[in-house]
Amino acid sequence: MSYGLAGVDVAYGRVVALSRFDLDLAPGSVHALIGPDGAGKTTACKVLVGTRRPERGEVRRPSAHLVGYQPESAGSWPDLTVAENLDFVSRSFGHRRDGRIDELLELTRLRTARDRLAGDLSGGMRQKLAVAMAMLARPALLVLDEPTTGLDPVSRSGLWRLVLRAASEGAAVLVTTSYIYEAERADTVTFLDDGHAIATGTAASIRAGFQGVMSVTAECPEAGTFWRRGRNWRVWTRAGTAPANGTTVAPDLEDVVTAASMEPVR
Amino acid sequence: MTATAATREVERRFGAIAAVSGVTLEVAPGEIVGLLGANGAGKTTLIRMLLGLLVPTGGSVELFGRPPSRESRRRLGYLPQSGGLYDDLSVMENLAFVSGVYGVPAPDLGHLEAVRSRMVADLPLGIRRQVGFLAALCHHPELLVLDEPTSGVGPLARAQLWDTIHAAADSGVAVLVTTHHMDEAEQCDRLVMLSDGVEVASGSVEAVVAGMTSLEFGPSDPAAAMTALEDSGFCVFPVGHGLRVPDASAADIRLVLGEPEMAVATRPATLEESFAVLSSSKRAG
Repeated sequence: MSYGLAGVDVAYGRVVALSRFDLDLAPGSVHALIGPDGAGKTTACKVLVGTRRPERGEVRRPSAHLVGYQPESAGSWPDLTVAENLDFVSRSFGHRRDGRIDELLELTRLRTARDRLAGDLSGGMRQKLAVAMAMLARPALLVLDEPTTGLDPVSRSGLWRLVLRAASEGAAVLVTTSYIYEAERADTVTFLDDGHAIATGTAASIRAGFQGVMSVTAECPEAGTFWRRGRNWRVWTRAGTAPANGTTVAPDLEDVVTAASMEPVR
Repeated sequence: MTATAATREVERRFGAIAAVSGVTLEVAPGEIVGLLGANGAGKTTLIRMLLGLLVPTGGSVELFGRPPSRESRRRLGYLPQSGGLYDDLSVMENLAFVSGVYGVPAPDLGHLEAVRSRMVADLPLGIRRQVGFLAALCHHPELLVLDEPTSGVGPLARAQLWDTIHAAADSGVAVLVTTHHMDEAEQCDRLVMLSDGVEVASGSVEAVVAGMTSLEFGPSDPAAAMTALEDSGFCVFPVGHGLRVPDASAADIRLVLGEPEMAVATRPATLEESFAVLSSSKRAG
């Protein structure tokens, strides 16, 4: 059973948040939804978990008790300890007392912090606690809204460990992020810009689908489509051959997404 | 050449906690230096000391060769992450106000002319950041301090913002960028990486990665393998259903996982992987 969205439209007044948006989430795999602030990532999460009804389109999700959701910048109660937070959620939802809390304390490496107040945890620990709370019910669909934003690389890798574990337990996992390079961490990815999907697939298939030639030059190009990276310019030649003074390079995801967001597809 | 901004072994304690300790940093004219670290790594404390808003408890800070002062404030531009604009004023009102404070003419709006009368609150984030830049640059500062200048904006707006930053540097402005985005780090000439208030690495992206490699492989149970490797002290990053471990030997990986026949590929490490290795070894040591 796969979950996801098909042809979803959402508008807030006259502002279009999502347009004809599709999302396919397979059990046991991780899908990353990547886009800038305001692209529609949080709206997609809300429609998927059912807290926002779309104007149009289809939503496939399991019954509510099998949905785990970590909303953006939220999750735990600062005045409760780590263990109390987990216990409170577990009791509220009437979960069986089957050692899941211990398992999650182990997985998040929060065992030694179990009696600390959530409000006193570092950003990375607090984020892991929020994800653990969403994983308590062994959800079939796990939706994590920007779990890695603002964390250092070590904490980020710890969070991806939780994501991988949830997938290995059979969950279909959706992770949103504004970091383009986190696409590589997921099995499949959708790039979102202004409510529209601009590319979807595996990171490799998205790179392979790039139209044209990318080259790098140290001199400011006189024509064509180009942008700076460090001391060099990246030049995108949509058709034809790359400029003579440039070195042809394989496009990376940043190039592909920058180029795709220039296409007048809407 | 004298550095535009410099800290030497600077330290700031808050009670028992050292938010920044022993950080030495220099930004020369025309140079873009990235200050890279997570939320809570000490970036903001360091910037506040550089701006003269916070007094160091150890070491020294110099702007234009002297301790920060009112006079040095005139010569620097600061763009906070929040944008530094008044939401309920129009673009032109914001710029008129800021340029009035510095006693300089209001800047030319250029391609932002079309939004001159729009309320800042109603503009997309990318445009708001561009207006923030005009405001921070209107008095022709010699030092530009940018706090996550392109965080959260789309790829196109980001490319445009970096064009502006590079143009400022090309004209001789010293630029200090704080960020936790690896993609922003790659735009900088040099990086200073902070973790828990301590410098863990510095130099160009190439120098920081310094030929480090990462092993890529597909264990039979990636989730269990990731836990086992972390318990043995490795930094581990998932890639789809595979894993990457920077700065490790294939023999060690196969031994920990008990998979002697597993295929292991060697790849160049990414900046994020190097940062993780450097910050965890520094913490452990």
